[in-house]
Amino acid sequence: MTNDLTIPVHRDSIIVNSIYNGKKRVSDSLLIILIYLCALISIFILMGIMGYVFVRGVPQINVSFLTTVPSTIKGTFGILGNIVNTLYVVAITLVIATPLGVGSAIYLNEYAKGGKVVRIIEFTTETLSGIPSIIFGLFGYVFFGTTLGLGYSILTGALTLSIMVLPLITRTTQEALKTVPESYRSGALGIGATKWYMIRTILLPSAMPGIVTGIILAIGRIVGESAALLFTAGSGYILPKSFLGKIFESGGTLTIQLYLCMQKAKYDEAFGIAVVLLVIVLAINGLAKYLSHKFNTEAKES
Amino acid sequence: MNTNTIKISTSQLNLYYGTNHALKDVNMELYTNKITAFIGPSGCGKSTYLKTLNRMNDLIPGVKIEGEVLLDGENIYDSRVDTTLLRKKIGMVFQQPNPFPMSIYDNVAYGPRIHGIKNKSELDDIVEKSLKGAALWEEVSGRLKKSALGLSGGQQQRLCIARALAVEPEVLLMDEPTSALDPISTLKIEDLMDELKEKYTVAIVTHNMQQATRIADHTAFFLVGEVVEYAPTTELFTAPKDSRTEDYITGRFG
Repeated sequence: MTNDLTIPVHRDSIIVNSIYNGKKRVSDSLLIILIYLCALISIFILMGIMGYVFVRGVPQINVSFLTTVPSTIKGTFGILGNIVNTLYVVAITLVIATPLGVGSAIYLNEYAKGGKVVRIIEFTTETLSGIPSIIFGLFGYVFFGTTLGLGYSILTGALTLSIMVLPLITRTTQEALKTVPESYRSGALGIGATKWYMIRTILLPSAMPGIVTGIILAIGRIVGESAALLFTAGSGYILPKSFLGKIFESGGTLTIQLYLCMQKAKYDEAFGIAVVLLVIVLAINGLAKYLSHKFNTEAKES
Repeated sequence: MNTNTIKISTSQLNLYYGTNHALKDVNMELYTNKITAFIGPSGCGKSTYLKTLNRMNDLIPGVKIEGEVLLDGENIYDSRVDTTLLRKKIGMVFQQPNPFPMSIYDNVAYGPRIHGIKNKSELDDIVEKSLKGAALWEEVSGRLKKSALGLSGGQQQRLCIARALAVEPEVLLMDEPTSALDPISTLKIEDLMDELKEKYTVAIVTHNMQQATRIADHTAFFLVGEVVEYAPTTELFTAPKDSRTEDYITGRFG
């Protein structure tokens, strides 16, 4: 290398290939327009449906719609019974599916490392989550309803839905466990924690955001499910006479009632229920976002 | 100096990862209140050997271990061994600082809580003592309830040392504890190690030969799973007996 200290100068005169004023590429602009169009169309469809449902549904909603049950004597048509049934189904399904799902995820991820069995189980759970829900309904009706003799009841419906959301909870929990750094595990075991103590104190708290998100998504599926419930939980709409007794009685959720309204061509009521459902689903998704965000920032907080 | 008492003695230790013979006939003694450094090129087995000393290799599937590791005369691979009690006696600090995503206080109290200490004031004492022992107390005493993840890398590593000290171990294993740290944090940890050996027996894996000469009383040179040479540090670095050791420490390979 030479050691001269020449000052670099811009010599405009010798520029042959200028970087200015290249040709605008037509295909690029065209593609951008197309992509914007696609985005616009999908947003428009979504907003359109929601808007239509709200415009037609909101006028149906009033105090009596939300606080009464259908009665020919009183001449009321309300969905309180269905709201209560929905809460029952959600709560019981989660009580059954959450421990099972989280437990099996812990087993798959922490105890049964690798191996053929695990791959088969993972494949099965993945397949299970793709099965049309009416098949779960068929199985639930035959097995829980008839064979176990539970009939049309909230419990039959909840058991059926538990099987349906189990893969979802298992998978999300597994994914959450996989994101926990290996160093946390060895760190805890290295000071003498037993495996279960480590899982309880380090893994589960760290994986909590993912687990909670999974549970909330499961709630979303439960609330939105109809095919699997029609022949399991049935379509009862009366309010529970006793808190636990209701579990063994038939109870239609909001989606079932919506289906029945459509069947009877009661479209106004159907749109009213649709609005309630949409609000619930939006609220659940919002909650999921909020919680996972909250957990994330809490973990990073200094 | 003939005041060396044996803390851990290894004889004829062989370790296999599947078909890979990772440690070959390792015989070595670690002495009480001394720092022993393990040096050698990557993949030579020095970290593997360190991990056999508190049975962290047990966690790896397909690992097979033969031979004997005696801690105060008890074989740590005996079937009667409770790894929880073993790891209480032999603590470990890892290459990457790995504080748990919880408060500084809870990080240090984690170990004592495993071993059943629940009393608040007792835990307070342990936390303070351990953080002082790891030369971190002054920096964090005002924010014990804050998340440990907000500390700097060097502070995190000293927190991990404090966490290991909190269960009052007798031996401290350190797997390249400073390789992820800046020079100033490294210096602090080296100073700390010099104090730690007053109370503990320390074994450290290091890639940095200068570090070994600065802190270690004894040094072992590993090469492809074998201990080529094990001697007092000054002797190993000034008058190596094996030509491979000489080649390595003079920088001819590795």
